[in-house]
Amino acid sequence: MTELAASRDGYGSALLSMSHDSKLVVLEADLGKSTKSCWFREKYPERTISCGIGEQNMMLVAAGLASSGFKPFASTFAIFTERAFEQVRNGICRPNLPVHICGSHGGTHTGTDGSSAQSIEDLAIYRSLPNMVVMHPCDDISTEILTSKLLDLKSPSYTRTARNKTPRIYSKDDSRIEIGKGVQLRNGSDVAIIACGVMVSKSLEAAELLSDKGIEAAVVDMHTIKPLDEELVKRLASECKFIVTVEDHSVIGGLGGAVAEYLSENIPTRMRRVGVRDRFGESGQAEEMLELLKISTNDIIKSVLEIKGMV
Amino acid sequence: MVLSRLNGLDDDDLVIELNEIARKCRVEIIKMVYRAQAGHPGGSLSEIDLLTALYSTQLRVKPDEPDWIERDRFILSKGHASPGMYAILAEMGFIQHSDLESYRVLGGICQGHVDMKFTPGVDFSAGSLGMGLSFGIGCAIASKFDNSDRECYVMLGDGEIQEGAVWEAMMAAKHHELDNLNVILDCNRIQNDDFVESQMRMFNIADKWLSFGWNVKEIDGHNMYEIIDGMRWLKSNKDAPSVLIANTIKGKGVSYMENNPKFHGAAPNEEQYELALKELGE
Repeated sequence: MTELAASRDGYGSALLSMSHDSKLVVLEADLGKSTKSCWFREKYPERTISCGIGEQNMMLVAAGLASSGFKPFASTFAIFTERAFEQVRNGICRPNLPVHICGSHGGTHTGTDGSSAQSIEDLAIYRSLPNMVVMHPCDDISTEILTSKLLDLKSPSYTRTARNKTPRIYSKDDSRIEIGKGVQLRNGSDVAIIACGVMVSKSLEAAELLSDKGIEAAVVDMHTIKPLDEELVKRLASECKFIVTVEDHSVIGGLGGAVAEYLSENIPTRMRRVGVRDRFGESGQAEEMLELLKISTNDIIKSVLEIKGMV
Repeated sequence: MVLSRLNGLDDDDLVIELNEIARKCRVEIIKMVYRAQAGHPGGSLSEIDLLTALYSTQLRVKPDEPDWIERDRFILSKGHASPGMYAILAEMGFIQHSDLESYRVLGGICQGHVDMKFTPGVDFSAGSLGMGLSFGIGCAIASKFDNSDRECYVMLGDGEIQEGAVWEAMMAAKHHELDNLNVILDCNRIQNDDFVESQMRMFNIADKWLSFGWNVKEIDGHNMYEIIDGMRWLKSNKDAPSVLIANTIKGKGVSYMENNPKFHGAAPNEEQYELALKELGE
């Protein structure tokens, strides 16, 4: 039976698993209970810094700590990290300070809070910043593993996590998960579906349904958007000839944008981007959002059939 | 004390020495901005007496080891006033006087706005206003975590504190009781477009900081006796973060620049340059 888990829980677990490093410090902006940094606060209150509802201040406090040799992990909702964009740009990325930002509740999948809380542009925004590593893992286990690996990263990072539970993809001892390396979860040579975050499980679901129609799809968890695993994208393009990207994010500038940029310059390939088509969401359940914004399992299948000329 | 020759001087002799250092720095500020035909002379001239006293008498730093982990931190949040900082860094020996010629020049170590990636002795990459105090909080908390007595000094401008994020930081500094965090507020009453009073009235700045729980002291930012006292006061406070409100004159020391919004961000022409050097005793 499929186990369900929220990727934000992986962030909370990772902070606890890194607590042995005395330089680790955790920053919160009144959303620790949501991003799950509260688990760290409960055990290590002396190393958890409350910044109140003040994201701009939080990002730069983290930068100051990093400049003094600490390893700051700062979290809030994905959407509220964007409020501090210029602080991140000028105060963290420009001096290349290893501050690790976690934006939880990313994407439209966050649901009923409505469009003000549904960040659909965070990956694009942070991908545009020099020095920044950008990740969007698909489950709690990969989030925990990837977040733990940030401890040794010498540059800043942004990791988007999701609010809602989705199928767990990995087992705890999975050794394939590395920053900057996509993971091929399903083999197939008719089309490659490259997905991130909550859309990975949807892509696997779509692949099984496509198999019933005689189409064997490769499915890749591209948890790291930047740096993009170009070798893997190149191989998939060579082997499958058709690429479909899938993300709970705008089609502009995120995973689809990154893959399209790489392919068009290096190995022009027929592709489709499943993502939010330049619009905002609204209040609704997670699954309803995916339907409304045409990024559901059925929309993935439809894109594959379209690109294969089967509809 | 960075300059050993100042050790043991009484205050009268110290003030004479500091005023001479500041005068030399003013000359360098004018030269930098004139050579680049760009930059920010007004705020550099208003801050330089404060920077001179801070670096010469108070800041625990090692010019030959700029990354010394136990150094006090100085954050020039009003990073456009970089000529002032470069001048004092050269005077203290962090950089060479010849480096000042690289101000705003491609490949130079003296960037248009102070940048920790380019200049030895610069602890913060500034340029966008309202960011330095938050960064300073991070440095001050780090000092506490390390059980260190290193202090953090942040210089802000009075126009700069119109940025809302500064007030987030003022709250946070008190919330975390950072008595090792010290702000020097360069109140030169002029910002980019015009006088502060016409752009955004600030009313009683001291009352605002007091109401946020800070220790507050006001001084004449060009009276070296008051500045020295102010710096000692900053360091001695061990109960809350402290702000030294320094009333200054934008463009101080060059007659036509003083209190003149035009010289917030403009270079002198040749005639003005000669006049400035003459007025500064060169």
